Amino acid sequence: MSEPSAGTRLGVLKTYKLYVGGRFPRSESGRVYEVTDSKGAWLANAPRASRKDARDAVVAARKAFGGWSGATAYNRGQILYRIAEMLEGRREQFVREVADAEGLTRPKAAAQVDAAVDRWVWYAGWTDKVAQVFGGGNPVAGPYFNLSTPEPTGVVAVLAPGTPALLGLVSVLAPVIATGNTAVLVAGERAPLPALTLGEVLATSDLPGGVVNVLSGRTAEIAAPLAAHQDVNALDLTGADADLAKELETAAADNLKRVLRPQPVDGPGAADWTADPGTARLTAFLETKTVWHPTGALGVSGSSY
Amino acid sequence: MTTNQTKGKKKQEPAAERPGTAAARPGRSGGPSPLFAYAPAPESRTVVDIAPSYGLFVDGEFTEAADGRVFKTVSPATEEVLSEVARAGAADVDRAVGAARRAFPAWSALPGAERAKYLFRIARIIQERSRELAVLETLDNGKPIRETRDADLPLVAAHFFYYAGWADKLRHAGFGPEPRPLGVAGQVIPWNFPLLMLAWKVAPALATGNTVVLKPAETTPLSALFFADVCRQAGLPRGVVNILPGYGDTGAALVAHPDVDKVAFTGSTAVGKEIARTVAGTRKKLTLELGGKGANIVFDDAPVDQAVEGIVGGIFFNQGQVCCAGSRLLVQESIADELLASLKRRLTTLRLGDPLDKNTDIGAINSAEQLARITALAETGEAEGAERWTAPCDLPSSGYWFAPTLFTNVTQAHTVARDEIFGPVLSVLTFRTPDEAVAKANNSQYGLSAGVWTEKGSRILAVANKLRAGVVWSNTFNKFDPTSPFGGYKESGFGREGGRHGLEAYLDV
Repeated sequence: MSEPSAGTRLGVLKTYKLYVGGRFPRSESGRVYEVTDSKGAWLANAPRASRKDARDAVVAARKAFGGWSGATAYNRGQILYRIAEMLEGRREQFVREVADAEGLTRPKAAAQVDAAVDRWVWYAGWTDKVAQVFGGGNPVAGPYFNLSTPEPTGVVAVLAPGTPALLGLVSVLAPVIATGNTAVLVAGERAPLPALTLGEVLATSDLPGGVVNVLSGRTAEIAAPLAAHQDVNALDLTGADADLAKELETAAADNLKRVLRPQPVDGPGAADWTADPGTARLTAFLETKTVWHPTGALGVSGSSY
Repeated sequence: MTTNQTKGKKKQEPAAERPGTAAARPGRSGGPSPLFAYAPAPESRTVVDIAPSYGLFVDGEFTEAADGRVFKTVSPATEEVLSEVARAGAADVDRAVGAARRAFPAWSALPGAERAKYLFRIARIIQERSRELAVLETLDNGKPIRETRDADLPLVAAHFFYYAGWADKLRHAGFGPEPRPLGVAGQVIPWNFPLLMLAWKVAPALATGNTVVLKPAETTPLSALFFADVCRQAGLPRGVVNILPGYGDTGAALVAHPDVDKVAFTGSTAVGKEIARTVAGTRKKLTLELGGKGANIVFDDAPVDQAVEGIVGGIFFNQGQVCCAGSRLLVQESIADELLASLKRRLTTLRLGDPLDKNTDIGAINSAEQLARITALAETGEAEGAERWTAPCDLPSSGYWFAPTLFTNVTQAHTVARDEIFGPVLSVLTFRTPDEAVAKANNSQYGLSAGVWTEKGSRILAVANKLRAGVVWSNTFNKFDPTSPFGGYKESGFGREGGRHGLEAYLDV
């Protein structure tokens, strides 16, 4: 933020807001916190979401679940691809935000943004393949038609990893909504600005309001009411450290949320966000429904066609 | 108590028809049951030789508990003590987990085709000993021999056969080119289908290369101990399967053991939540198969006779002690009277009594505790204003019995419409539109099973699509198959057992 001087134009700063139910509210608490770049210089004030904001986000996500899970897989794929298009269109803005957030060089930040766009494209293509790959007919030993179909779990609370600030959050968010879940996304605490700006991309991508809700603030403060919330069906703990993850997983047991535990930050099994994402994040928030029906019989004449 | 007044044991007409067949249905309701009198047809007990005492099965040997504790297992139909069984404590859990850990490297390194052959052997031996195991299960559990003989045991053998075939084909199962086993699986199973639940747990665990420590329920330990003998006959390497009879404290110790890599539990939702808290923050992979309050939805165009058979099978199979029981009947208002009349007529023909009698439809409740729980919930139903109807049948003088019971005038707020009773008690609610049926069906903390009865195909698909339940039976109920994934939504648990899906719980994916 350079000082204004004669002949230069004073920039218009952006007020970063939450993204809940398709709208951009401030935190109901009125609180903000300072977001700084990697060298400690002030970048912006981000909303510091409260328990109430978290609950409002769950209500919005639940409201959106019926429509989003009931949309055709083709339609969801189209919308995820549209998100990729919108993100690509705002590439420069995200490169700047990612570079600021993580202290990356421009080329490295650009590579991350490109990877994030590509990740939306990857998951856009998955929406109408999941049912075939993970479901199917079962050859039961009897006169029954028996079909297993994957279905979305419901409302998923997602704790985004701190870094990579954009690729990490896209990598955890896209698989959740690709299959028809709705999400309450808690942005990485230290570098939330790319997540909040992503809300603007989502809002202009034909994604119904409430399918994704983005909160920023203190992760532990927002995550606790989400983990204990009786109308949240699943919890992705990727952005939690080991102590917080244990506490949240314990709270999540109260209504038997499906829990995806965090991967180690380093060492064996560490998350590699640039690697092929595989399907584990898609299947973590799926239920399998199996439907039986008698096949009946055509009688004696039916056996000979 | 209106239903548990006791009379002479099995003195009433000892005749029966099989639910599911339409033979000899009497044409009127109420009054004394106008059934044919059948002579008693007991299955012989001599096919099974129950020893006076059993040990724990650890590292290929039967041993006493470290602290020497034992407990008695009784026949719920007669309260006769069947045997005395060693009760595993924390030290025994440690020993068994150690044995399983030592067995793991060699077992997981075996070529899949070799592991498969062990499982095929086990499947075959179970088939050979199936009558013996059926009688044993009926004695220890109280369920009718017709069910153990025709449902439990064939499904047990089929489950081992099915997963045997997967052992050398795991790289084709869709979990990557080289899916790895997890290690030691700690498994805790319930008393309602003792040997079948063992099969659901042990077969996929072994096929994928894990080793097992399994705790059977305290009221039904015997078939698991006989299974240990099956493992010995099959030549299974020592330590691959360990069986630890015991109570809840044994299960808790097993679940909490730091050297267990995988926990699988079937049982109540309350215990499932406790287990989820125990494994929080650990590396242990968890699958839970918990309670249910299945809605059985009958539309006005359903074939009433078939629907009645499905409703009866849905809630009175295994005395209603089934997690996926269709314990809430949702019937379209326009046919409610007709359907209920038919249903009551059918229930008067059910034979309750000696589980070993081949004509028995309704056996004993598994334990005094469970009977007390069912009785208390039924009394709550009455106290809350639901209307109770109990099938007219005499109950034996000893053992634990509960006559088939219906509640009508039930609303969604009633305890009998919300809580899992796990007994032969059906709550009847009505609806007018498909939307209302779906809303009521989904209005539950559970999401394990549901039934849909209608002749209209598009309605089946539309309703099944909207139900939040892991298994939907349309125009049928309570069907099981090893190839068909089973498990719940919501607080009915997570993970699937059966089919390709069932492998995931035991693989590092």
